[in-house]
Order: sequence, then structure tokens, then C-alpha cells
Amino acid sequence: MTSTSSSPAAPAAKSGRNEILYFAFRNTKLVIGAVVFLIFLLGAIFGPMLATHEPLTFDAPPGLPPSADYWFGTTLFGQDVFSQFVHGLRSSFIVGALGGITAAVIGMLVGFFAGYRGGIVDEVLNMLTNVVLVIPTFAVLLVVAAYLSVRGLGTEAMFIGLTSWPWAARAIRAQTFSLTSRDFVGMARLNGESTFRIIFGEIAPNMSSYLVMTFILLFGGAILTAATLDFIGLGPTDSISLGLMMNFSVMNAALQLGMWWWFVPPGLAITAIVGSLYVMNVGLDEVFNPKLRAL
Amino acid sequence: MLKVENVSKLFRSGAFGGKKKRVIHDVDFEVKPGEVVSLIGESGSGKTTVGRMILRLTSVSEGRITFDGEDISTLKGASLKSYYRRVQGVFQDPFSSFNPIFKVGRVFRTIRREFLSDLDAATWETRLTDALNAVGLETAALDKFPHQMSGGQLQRLLIARALVLDIRLLVADEIISMLDASTRIDVLNLLGDLKRQGLSIIFVTHDLALGNYISDRIIILQKGVIVEMGATDRVFGDPQHPYTRSLLDAVPHLHERWSEEELKDLGLVADTARSGGHLIEHRENHLVRVYS
Repeated sequence: MTSTSSSPAAPAAKSGRNEILYFAFRNTKLVIGAVVFLIFLLGAIFGPMLATHEPLTFDAPPGLPPSADYWFGTTLFGQDVFSQFVHGLRSSFIVGALGGITAAVIGMLVGFFAGYRGGIVDEVLNMLTNVVLVIPTFAVLLVVAAYLSVRGLGTEAMFIGLTSWPWAARAIRAQTFSLTSRDFVGMARLNGESTFRIIFGEIAPNMSSYLVMTFILLFGGAILTAATLDFIGLGPTDSISLGLMMNFSVMNAALQLGMWWWFVPPGLAITAIVGSLYVMNVGLDEVFNPKLRAL
Repeated sequence: MLKVENVSKLFRSGAFGGKKKRVIHDVDFEVKPGEVVSLIGESGSGKTTVGRMILRLTSVSEGRITFDGEDISTLKGASLKSYYRRVQGVFQDPFSSFNPIFKVGRVFRTIRREFLSDLDAATWETRLTDALNAVGLETAALDKFPHQMSGGQLQRLLIARALVLDIRLLVADEIISMLDASTRIDVLNLLGDLKRQGLSIIFVTHDLALGNYISDRIIILQKGVIVEMGATDRVFGDPQHPYTRSLLDAVPHLHERWSEEELKDLGLVADTARSGGHLIEHRENHLVRVYS
């Protein structure tokens, strides 16, 4: 956000950005988090190309432990776990990105306009935020699930995005309130700038690091929520995901049968992805906030 | 040109915003072209709020403010922009007036984009250079971040920003309080030149010396109420209201020290605040608030 609006401000701004990079590469939390996250991201992008079997076809001997042919073993019904795993990773990232972006866009728009405009606009938007905040998400989803016979990844991502933005909106609203009282916002108004320009050209760049962190948390939250929904059987009906894999393994007593290869990889992957995002968030906080930098 | 007609400002207060607090009471004055008016008062007297209302950054609760006969609270979009093309302001705190993450030159690019996009590049460059030189700055200053400059330099940039626009009314909130003595006189003389070219200025200040040096008219505000106003020589030459007198008495002099008794007397400044009363014409061009 900063780089687009201040392109002619190259030489001195560079030192500021170099400083951020300097601390970013020396922050262990950020580096470890980013590496873990990248490994899974690469797995999601290239994994399905490596998979030699289809994820949902029953063409392998059932219940095989990991082997050279079936890297992560097979399910009770003769499906390749590795293929399911990499396709599941891909759908987790898609849900995370779509749900995270949806929630971030709504949260930012609501937060910025409520905080900048104040008054009646703030009252209305704040009421909307509070209403969405207390909606019992799972109850609504049960109703939605009853009406939709085929649920895709997109529907799930949209649902997560549309229900997870309130905390982001509230946090951004609070930040916007404090920035709006600064004189440079008054100056921007004297410059005849439009509300849109003032919000995204003057106020938002001042909290860009905060917005990045908000997005990361929303992204991780969306992946986690998707896994939960899938696990209780409210996930997509037309594709595979990490949560669905765990759902199938539990429903078919993988634990009792000792088929650890069925549920350990998806469980581990969800934990690692969400964990790496949260660790990255702490690391980024330290990078952006000089007071937290451990030297 | 600018008329402030019986303007009051109420702020909501209390837990549910049910109570209303009146911070500006019936302020009524006029600024003519080429006239310099000083709004003088202690901290919290509402002088900054009056300035912000004229700049339309704070809404008017009662009364109205007109510019060339046009009620400014009705302005929107293009007409508001054309108002800002004629009326500009400089704020109290120069550090907070610049967006800390951008170079200061961005302000001038914004001005150009919003108001002067019809100007060709060469004319714009000369105009910008002239405005910067007028406040004693070089164009190189534009390539710095706000934190790399002093408060005085930033304040001069803000003045240059207003100059570039070739405006008709400047609302200057404590405009020279951050400047050192030598720059201060340069800026004051510059503003004097502009005044002769027809620029009206509203100085919002607590600095009586500044008011005396440059203003045609003085408005003394106390707790949101005009207690005395009129031509500078009349108000300062023959102050009538006790608040004005105590303000003038409270100006320290370089060559004398206050005695203990005098210091105690100065405490009376705060105690002269009274509500009610009305302005009467003490003599021509000199109004005083009386309480009866």
C-alpha cells in the first residue's frame, strides 16, 4: 500500500524499507513462520502435480500403510492419502485466501468508514458489526447447509468471510478514530481530497503494518474455521479438504484400526499452517514496532 | 466578504450524549477584503474552534457563516472545493499537519492535482519555487520527511502551501508560534505584503504582541464569548473590559520584574469570566460586553 502511493519518493524511503527488511530477515519467528508457511504453500501448488493417483477414486488396495507406491498410505476404501492430502492443502489455501480477503475487505471498509465518518454512519455500521459479531455462526451454517445440497469451496469461503470480519472492523475503526483526529487529515480535507482518497491515501498507509497483520490473522482463522466446519460434516460436498479427511478418518474408526497415516498428516498440516501464520504475526509485530525489537 | 453571524457551537457530552455543552456563544463578526483580524484569547477560549468552523472542519450548531453571501455549511463537492480554492488554513501543530510516512513534497503534488491541474508544468514550477522562496525555503526541502525538518520549517511549508493557491482568506492558527524570532518577522512582513494585495487573514493567537503588530481589528474571546472587539488601537489603547485589561497586564516586559502582589493580581484573569451580558458600542469601532 505504501509503495504504490509514494513511488517518486525513492531514495530516502529506501532506507526506511531497508530497515524493515533488515529486521525482518533477522527475526527468527518471522523467518521460521514464513519458511513453514512456504513449504505448505509449495506443497499445495505443486503437490497435486506429483500425485500419481486421483484423490477420490477407489483404485488402490485398502488400508495400506505408507509405502513407495502410496507415500502416505491408503484409506479404508482404497484412496491415496497423499493425493487427498495435497488436494486438501490446496483447498485449505483457497478457502483461507478467499475467506481472508473477503473478511479483510469488508472489515476494512466498515472500519474505515465508521471511524472516519463518525456520527450516524458510525452508529449504523457499529450496530451492524455487533449484530454480525453475535450471530451464532454454526447455527446459521446448519440452516444454510440444509438448503444447499451441493456446497463448494467458494460457498464455504464466502460464508467464513461474511461472518469473520467484525473484530477486524472494530480494531480498524478504533485505529482510524485516532488517526482522523490528526491535523494532516484536516489538511487533506482542505486540499479538497475525496473521502475515499483521504481514507486510502492518508489514513490507511499509516496503519499498513496493522492491516497486513489483520489479513494474516483472518487468513489463519479462515483455514481453522474451514477445518472445523469440514470436520463436523458441513464442508464442501464436491471436493476434498484437510478437515474432510479428518472427518472421514474419524467416521471410519481410523484411530481404533491404528491407521494413523489417515488423520495425522491433515491434522499436522492444519496445526502447522495456522501456527506458522500466528508466529509470523508475532514476528511481524516485532519488525514493525521498534519497541518490541529484541536487539 | 466573510461573515460569522451569531454562531454557536454545542458539543454533546455525558454518558449518552444527552447533555449539551455550549462552547461558543453567539459569536458575530465580519472580515472585509484585505483586512487582518486577530482572535485573541486564553487556551480553551474557543478561538481554534471558531477557526475550524470557518474552515468547515467543525460544523456550526447555531447561526451561520457566509463567504461572499454563500452559506458555507451548504457547500458540497465542487462548490466546497471552490471554497477551499479561496479559503485556506494553517494549523497549530506543524508536526501533526504532515502525514508522517510521506515526504513533505506530496502535499504540493496533492494541491496541484486537486486545484491547479490546468497549470502547465513550467508555470507550476515557478509558482512553487516563488512560494517556497517567499518563506525562505529551497525546493530541496520538498524531498524530506516531516521528521527530518524542524517545526518552524514545517510551519513555513504550510504557509507556502497556502501561498501557492493564491487565496483570499487565510485562517492562521498560531501561525508563527513555532518560528524563531528572525523568521517570524520575515513571515509577518510577507503576510503584510499579501494583505496589501488584498488577502484577508484571521489570526488565531494568544500572542498580544502579534495582534498589535499586524491586525486591523482585534476580537477578544473569553470562554467562547466575545468580550471586546474593535480597531486594534482602540481595544489595546483603551481597553474597557476587565478581561482585556488583565490580559494586557499579564504581558511580561523585558525590563521589569513583577512584584509578589502583582503576580497575585494576575490570577484574576480567570475570575473575570461571567456569563450573559451583551455587546454595546463603547464608541465607534469599539464594542464591549457589559453585564447589567
